[in-house]
Amino acid sequence: MFFAVTVGDWLGEVENWVFAVLAIAMVYAAIRVVTTKNVVHAALFLVIALGGSAAIFLLLGAEFVAWTVVMVYIGAVIVLFLFGIMITRAPLGYETKLSHPRRVRIGAALASGALFLLIGGAMLDAFGDDPVPAAIDPTRTSDIGQSIFERFVIPFEVVSFVLLAALIGGIVIARQDPTVEEEEVLQ
Amino acid sequence: MLEQYLGDYITVAVFLAAGGILVGVGLIVAGLIRPNNPSKVKSEIYECGIEPIGDGWSQTHIRYYIFALLFLIFDVEAVFIFPWALKVETFANAGMGGYILIEMFVFIGILLLGLVYAIRKGVLKWE
Repeated sequence: MFFAVTVGDWLGEVENWVFAVLAIAMVYAAIRVVTTKNVVHAALFLVIALGGSAAIFLLLGAEFVAWTVVMVYIGAVIVLFLFGIMITRAPLGYETKLSHPRRVRIGAALASGALFLLIGGAMLDAFGDDPVPAAIDPTRTSDIGQSIFERFVIPFEVVSFVLLAALIGGIVIARQDPTVEEEEVLQ
Repeated sequence: MLEQYLGDYITVAVFLAAGGILVGVGLIVAGLIRPNNPSKVKSEIYECGIEPIGDGWSQTHIRYYIFALLFLIFDVEAVFIFPWALKVETFANAGMGGYILIEMFVFIGILLLGLVYAIRKGVLKWE
């Protein structure tokens, strides 16, 4: 049986209050990401939404995931987004016309609503009322280190190859090789 | 377990709050006691005393994008160093210090090949 908890029980726990505050901030930021008229502001609102998700991972006892979100997403991916915005010729200033026609907006709303129902349904179906194991016994970063170097050493090294492939792929896509004539001029 | 974990993060939250209060109080007190005579010239944007040329929202060079891309990759690598750093001592005490050290050297070494590739391709050269 889902939702066996009453509202009074729910409000009785401090963690739920923290979650409620985070969730409201995240939903507001997420709405602003798609409604703001300034692309740079959209990227900055994404920082708030991602920060909220990191905090929720912390509440769930997934310490390593939380700080990975902070370091990789807030630290690097947003920087990449901002540079991506800054190198385009897209109008950056205020009050730019970014909005799509109504039918695209309705389609996007339907798609995100369907995704929400799918993920939410799958989570409820798989876990229901069961608490997340890590929320009872949190997984510390040192536990992650223990399992990486005890059991998953080869996958860990494979991650390095995946990153190497991503790096080379990124360079190949982002950089235009000089033509033969230009190469001769350079040398 | 959970109590200790949340307790650790209460320490983090206290430090965050202390930092925020320090900055906030400083700004509020400064705002209360400083004179406030705004003028058009004062509120102009300046850089190193030089008057600005062009718009602040201008297009930047595509070269920065590759730097950001490289930063992203090495940031993901750096994330994996944290669980390693927390376990080095444990493994060293168990007589496996060489093993865990070599594993991390291999991990970083593979990615350094990518850096070598970037340098050989002239991506990091500033022309």
